[in-house]
Amino acid sequence: MFKRSDQDSRRPVHIVVDGAAVAAREGDTVSAALLASGRDVRRATAVSGAPRLPYCMMGVCFDCLVTIDGVGNRQGCLVPVAEGMQIEIQKGKREIGR
Amino acid sequence: MNVAPKRDSYDVVVIGAGPAGLAAAATAAEADLSALLLDENAGPGGQVWRAIASTPVTERDRLGADYWAGAELVRAVRTSGAEIIQRATVWSLDRHLEVGVSIGGASSLVKARRVILATGALERPFPIPGWTLPGVMTAGAAQTMLKSSGLVPDGRTVIAGQGPLLWLLAAQILRLGGRIDRILDTTERRNYFAALPHAFAFMTSPYFAKGLAMMREVRAKVPVVSGVSELAAAGDGQLATVTYAVGSRRETIPAELLLLHQGVVPNVNLAMAAGVEHRWDDLQLCWSPVLDHNGSASVEGIGIAGDGAGIGGAGAAIVRGHIAARVAVEALAPAAAAKLAPMATFRASLAQAERGRAFLDTLFRPARQFRIPSGDTVVCRCEEVTAKDIVDAVAIGATGPNQLKAYRRSGMGPCQGRLCGLTVTELMAQARGKTPQEIGYYRLRAPVKPITLAELAAVPKTEADVQAVVRG
Amino acid sequence: MTKLADAIVVGGGIHGCSTALHMCLAGMKPVLIEKDYAGRHASGVNAGGVRQLARHVAEIPLSIRSMGIWERIEELVDDTCSFESHGQVLVAENDAEFDACRARVAELNALGFTHEELIDGPELRRLVPAVAESCPGGVVSRRDGAADPARTTTAFRRKAAALGATVCEGVAATNIRKEDGLWRVDVGADTYAGPVLVNAAGAWAGRMAAALGEPVPVETVAPMLMITSRVPRFIDPVVILRGRKLSFKQFANGTVLIGGGHLATPDQDRNETVLDWRSLAISARTVFELFPVMRSAAIVRAWAGIEARTRDELPVLGPSARHAGLYHQFGFSLHGFQLGPGAGAVMTELIANGGTQTRIGDLSIDRFHPSTPWNPR
Repeated sequence: MFKRSDQDSRRPVHIVVDGAAVAAREGDTVSAALLASGRDVRRATAVSGAPRLPYCMMGVCFDCLVTIDGVGNRQGCLVPVAEGMQIEIQKGKREIGR
Repeated sequence: MNVAPKRDSYDVVVIGAGPAGLAAAATAAEADLSALLLDENAGPGGQVWRAIASTPVTERDRLGADYWAGAELVRAVRTSGAEIIQRATVWSLDRHLEVGVSIGGASSLVKARRVILATGALERPFPIPGWTLPGVMTAGAAQTMLKSSGLVPDGRTVIAGQGPLLWLLAAQILRLGGRIDRILDTTERRNYFAALPHAFAFMTSPYFAKGLAMMREVRAKVPVVSGVSELAAAGDGQLATVTYAVGSRRETIPAELLLLHQGVVPNVNLAMAAGVEHRWDDLQLCWSPVLDHNGSASVEGIGIAGDGAGIGGAGAAIVRGHIAARVAVEALAPAAAAKLAPMATFRASLAQAERGRAFLDTLFRPARQFRIPSGDTVVCRCEEVTAKDIVDAVAIGATGPNQLKAYRRSGMGPCQGRLCGLTVTELMAQARGKTPQEIGYYRLRAPVKPITLAELAAVPKTEADVQAVVRG
Repeated sequence: MTKLADAIVVGGGIHGCSTALHMCLAGMKPVLIEKDYAGRHASGVNAGGVRQLARHVAEIPLSIRSMGIWERIEELVDDTCSFESHGQVLVAENDAEFDACRARVAELNALGFTHEELIDGPELRRLVPAVAESCPGGVVSRRDGAADPARTTTAFRRKAAALGATVCEGVAATNIRKEDGLWRVDVGADTYAGPVLVNAAGAWAGRMAAALGEPVPVETVAPMLMITSRVPRFIDPVVILRGRKLSFKQFANGTVLIGGGHLATPDQDRNETVLDWRSLAISARTVFELFPVMRSAAIVRAWAGIEARTRDELPVLGPSARHAGLYHQFGFSLHGFQLGPGAGAVMTELIANGGTQTRIGDLSIDRFHPSTPWNPR
């Protein structure tokens, strides 16, 4: 869906998405890294389970909700990636207490 | 990074580090007021100058001169003495000017003597059939990825809608080697006639030459379909096709990515939650705060600058930021105000910056069918409420957006109506034969962005609470 | 223009709407006057608890009467009101609180009330599996539950209108007076006249009573609530605490409502409240300690509804001590929602029949008369 510009010389950052290694770049948000990964990163809504991807990328739509290092319902478009970050794609209602 | 504010209280708290917020914070701090600038993004710049301090797109002509114009203001605020905190999400503001802000997973409550809201704009909802499908995004979303990560579309890509941002985005994508298969222009033909009276002001504004050059640049490389009057996205769990109509001619084209845009509207959530009075703007078709000529709102001590005060663009936003800050300086440190440029100078600059705006507002006034959906089209993305659901609720007695909650949960999800509020107001107004002003808007409440229970639980205790524990 | 009505009900909360509806069922044609819209304030934005549990003895008969109506609510208003009966549980956090629970249940049993039942630790954890292990037990009222307050109040308003009540929303009742033996109230350009006037004006009822020469020690308060994003079902009953301010319940859609009576600053004339986040933080800490599974849940909204609280935290329900044809139904002091259906029925009996079999004598406005000695609870 998206490709990286050949001008991009930022340092690589390695994150883990549902257990798989994904290469991101320093300064990517989690959502940008997911969209650039080429993986199926669709979440499922808490209401009907409908598949969604990020829509606004500026922190207003909440369609980028994702679990980051065990904390659910984070806005992936506002969180920069960090080396070793553990990402889980949310399927349905976020379980609490884990 | 990610540290809490250094103090419990400030002379001025500025919320949002786009053009208006940067200008306001710099001006306030230069006048020796204690100024705190809170911004939700990883770096300053807001949307228009997003990632200006970090973008991988370093060849300057790719993003254009207007983008790089922000660098100077960022430098100014960084040397001004203002305390700047990025990745700070303001979740509450009340009429006592207490600001609730979440930074690095911890929340603080900060008092201000003056608050300048520079929360900017967000893209107008574009509720067409299928707009919730993965693969449908806003044009602004694509531009955010382009600026901050150098990402451009590489599959079958359709851009649909209207307005200056759409053409700028298309030009930027093409300059960076991205793919655009088609542009579907939804500008209503009759708008060209309506805009005619404003054409002279526009042609003598800075927008004109730049806009024309950009449209020429894009049209040379991408087929553009004008007069699009219907639009729908479809696919099974993922965007597959875009269907559009021009007059009676209808076409369906394959697409992997659909980028939608029909202008921007003020981001009003924090101002409304603080109790600031807003009114429906019939030209810009959105809620705008009721402000005096200095940008002061109906809540004592709150000023609003930038697109959050009514859409005016980046140039106007900078000036409004200066004006709002000057008002704060006049109130809190009158002697220092003498060192600032006089208000008359700012007003003249503002008039200059706003030149041509009426033309753009009229020409790019989005068509009714793209603002007010029907049938099974989703209106509220969070709670998955359709246009039909809302019309049905009206039929059994819901009179406004707040009364809707007796029937439907529209607007009660995490986005707090940002993606459905305007649609709900206009849809209910249409269904009830009322004006949007009569119908009203959701009563918005803090937290305007969700915070976890654990984070709230860790908010500093009250004096009485501490006492109670001490007494055991 | 003057229009005649059998009764003028001022206030479109759950109480005014319920009274108007029951009047219609009794063959009367009331007019209901609401300055905003039905359920705009406390009735539409409260926690929705349908609770007999932990009530003052003086209002238990009314609560029991009301519970019978709740259990047939759909027959009455043609709407489920999202009423669910999973019980309400009062949790004791330590042995001293548990002893107090035991004494309370014994007291109620001695008075002949059996709706509250003492439960031990295992039964508490069976009903509320997520509660902290340290809690020794509590009290359950098994028929209790919760409903959607906005939906409920709207349903009562809608059914009252369908049965012939005139509903005036968006216009305040002004210039309330008695002339030629009839109560008269101006509503915009119209005047309504009728032999009966019901003061069900919620937070505004104290002013109305005072203006009619019957001041009551009542203050305007705004209890705060907050709600989380949707989480998987983990708790069925509504939970309240014996010792701390907390009420806690999960809706069918997964969202969790946290309340308990911490107060915002009301601004009655602006229809506004200013939330107190330091107090909401206390509620959050209580949940944090009692329900560890909730710690990562997201708070998406907080709010407060404006209502009236009397000095003794009991409602004023019954005829005026001063004027014929005037009735009071207000001051429900943060716990009036469950009472709404029953109070409307009882009020209608008082008006239509001159009396009721439901014991409400302790709720009379007389108790605030200067000659009545005040006995704080």
